[in-house]
Amino acid sequence: MSWVNAVVQGVLLGGLYALVAAGLSLVFGVMRIVNLAHGVLAVVAAYGALVLGRALGLHPFLALLLVVPAMAAIGYLLQRGLLDRALRGGELAPLLVTFGLAIVLQNVLLEAFSADNQRLSVGALGTSGVRIADGLSIGWFPLLAALTGVAVIAGLGRFLARTRTGRAMRAASDDPEAARLMGVDDRRIYAVATALALATVAVAGVFLGARSTFDPAAGATTLIFAFEAVVIGGLGSLWGTLAGGIVLGVAQGLGAAVDPAYGVLAGHLVFLAVLAVKPRGLFPSAVTA
Amino acid sequence: MTQLDAPRTAAGTGSVPRVRRGGRAAWAGGAGLVAVVAVLGYLPYLVSRGTQVDLVGLFALVVLGTMWNLLAGYGGMVSIGQQAYIGIGGYGLVYLAETVGVDPFLSVPVAALVCALVAWPTSYLAFRLSGGYFAIGTWVIAEVVRLLVTQVDAVGAGSGASLTAFSGIEPLYRIAFVYWMSLGIAVVVVVGVYLLMRSRLGLALTAIRDDPTAASSAGVRVTRAKRLVYVVAAAGCGLAGAMIVANTLRVQPGSIFSVDYAAIMVFVVVIGGIGTIEGPVLGALVFYLLQDSLADLGNWYLVVVGGVAIAVTLLAPRGLWGLTRGRVELFPTGYRVAVRR
Repeated sequence: MSWVNAVVQGVLLGGLYALVAAGLSLVFGVMRIVNLAHGVLAVVAAYGALVLGRALGLHPFLALLLVVPAMAAIGYLLQRGLLDRALRGGELAPLLVTFGLAIVLQNVLLEAFSADNQRLSVGALGTSGVRIADGLSIGWFPLLAALTGVAVIAGLGRFLARTRTGRAMRAASDDPEAARLMGVDDRRIYAVATALALATVAVAGVFLGARSTFDPAAGATTLIFAFEAVVIGGLGSLWGTLAGGIVLGVAQGLGAAVDPAYGVLAGHLVFLAVLAVKPRGLFPSAVTA
Repeated sequence: MTQLDAPRTAAGTGSVPRVRRGGRAAWAGGAGLVAVVAVLGYLPYLVSRGTQVDLVGLFALVVLGTMWNLLAGYGGMVSIGQQAYIGIGGYGLVYLAETVGVDPFLSVPVAALVCALVAWPTSYLAFRLSGGYFAIGTWVIAEVVRLLVTQVDAVGAGSGASLTAFSGIEPLYRIAFVYWMSLGIAVVVVVGVYLLMRSRLGLALTAIRDDPTAASSAGVRVTRAKRLVYVVAAAGCGLAGAMIVANTLRVQPGSIFSVDYAAIMVFVVVIGGIGTIEGPVLGALVFYLLQDSLADLGNWYLVVVGGVAIAVTLLAPRGLWGLTRGRVELFPTGYRVAVRR
C-alpha cells in the first residue's frame, strides 16, 4: 500500500511542479528567454507571504491577494527594466542577466532572513485529509495545491487561446516583426507575459512554502524541478508540462519510498532517461509553441 | 608572427597588403607575460606560505574562467554545471591518492582525464538541450553527480574527505610544489586555449559562435566541435578542482559541487571580456583582488558579484578587456590586413 500511497502523493506533488513550470514555459514560449531566476522568484513570493503573515497575521491564502499582484508588478518592471535590454544583447545576455539576478535575490534573502528553514502555516488544512484505505490518505492541502496547478494551467491555456492579449502573445512568439506590423506592441506584450508568469510563480511559491520547509537556497531545486517537468512533458505544451510534473512527482515519491535520500535523485534519473530516450518529451506538442 | 604570401594588388599602386597575426604589441605583450610567469615562478622563494596558498586560488580562477570562456565565449554553450567536473577533479584526486595510492601530483592530471571520460558520454545527454535549457540541464547533471558522490562511503559520503597523501612532504615544500604545479597548469591551460583558437578548430568555433547554421553549411562539423570543447572544458575544470583540493587538503560535496562556482565563472568571464583569451585572466585578477575587500561583506559579496555581472552584461558587454577596443591583442587569434604605403 505504501507504493500506492507514494504514487498518489507523487501525482499531487506533480500538479504543484506543473504550476511552477507553467511560468517558465510561458516566458520561454513568448520571449525565448529561459529565466534562471524563476525558482528564486517563487521563493521570494513565499517569503513575501511569510512577512505578511508575521506583520499582519494574514493567512497565506489571504496573503496571495497581495503577493500575486506585487509579483506581477515586479515581473512587468523586470521585463521593462532588465530583460528587454538583455534581449537586445544577443543570445547569451538573457541567460547571464537572469542568472546574475538569481544569485543577487538568493543572497539578499539569505541576508534578510538567514539560512533558517521557514514554513508557511495554513492551519488545520495543512494536516487534515481524507482517509481512503489503510496507509493511503489524501491531504486536503496537497489536493488543493494540485487542483490549483491544474486550474492555473487550464486558465493559462484558455487565456492564450481565446483572449486578444493571448493571441498577441502567440503572434509575438511566432514572429515579432509581423506582430509589430499588425499593431502589436511587442514590448508591452512581453512585459505582460512576464507579469503573468510571475503571478503564477507567486501562487506556486506560496503553495510550495506551505507544503514543505524552504530557505533562501530553495530556488535552485524549484527551478530544476520546474525545468524537469517541462522537458519530461515536452517543450511547448502546457498539458504536457502537467503530465511531466506528475511523472517527476511520482518518480520522486517512489524513490523516496525506497530510501528518503533517493527521492530527488530518482526524479533526476527519470529526467535523464527521458532525455536519452525521448528527447522531445513524453507528450510532445504537434506544433512547438 | 605568421606571414602569408599576400596577393599582389593592382600593379603600380606600390602598396602591398600584408596579412599577419599579432604585431609588435603581441610580441611585447608575450614577452611581458613570460616575464610575469617567471616572476610568479620565483615567488615561493620570496613570499609567505599564506600568500602562495592565496595565489593558487587565483590560478584556479584563471583556469575556471578560461574554461568557461571556451564554453560560452567560443562554443556558445552557457553551462552552470561545471561544478560537476570541479567536484570530480577534486574527488578524483582524493580517491586516486588516498585509496588507489597513486602519487598525488600524478593524480591531478589523471583526475582531469577522468573528467574528460565522464564528459564524453554526458555530452550526448546534455546536447539534446540547447540555450537556456542546456544551462539548466548541465546543472541537473552536476546535482546528480553530487547526490551520487554523497552516497559513496569510500570518499566520506556527505561529510567529505581529507587529502593526507602529502603528509610525507614537509609543508614548506608541499605548498611550494602545489604552487608551481598550479602555476604550470594555469599557463598550460591559457596557452593551450590560445593555440586551440589559432588552429583550424578555433576558426570553426568562431564560425559556430557567430552563426551555427552558416558554419554548418560551410562544412563545419558543429556538434563534433562543440563536443570537443565540452570535453576539454570538463578536463580543465577537473584540473581546477584538483588544484583547489590539493591547496586546501579537504573536499566536501556541499562546497566543491556548489553552484557558486558557476556564479564566479560567469563573473570572471563577463567582467574580463567574454570571447577573448585575455578577458578571463583579467577577470580572474579582478575577482581575486575584490575577494579580500568583499570578504567582510558576508552574503552581500555574492550580491555584488551577481549585480556587477548583470551591469556589465547590459552596459559593457565586452567587459574590461573590451575597453582596449581590439587595439591590443596579447593573444592574437585572427589575421589582420595591413596596407603599407
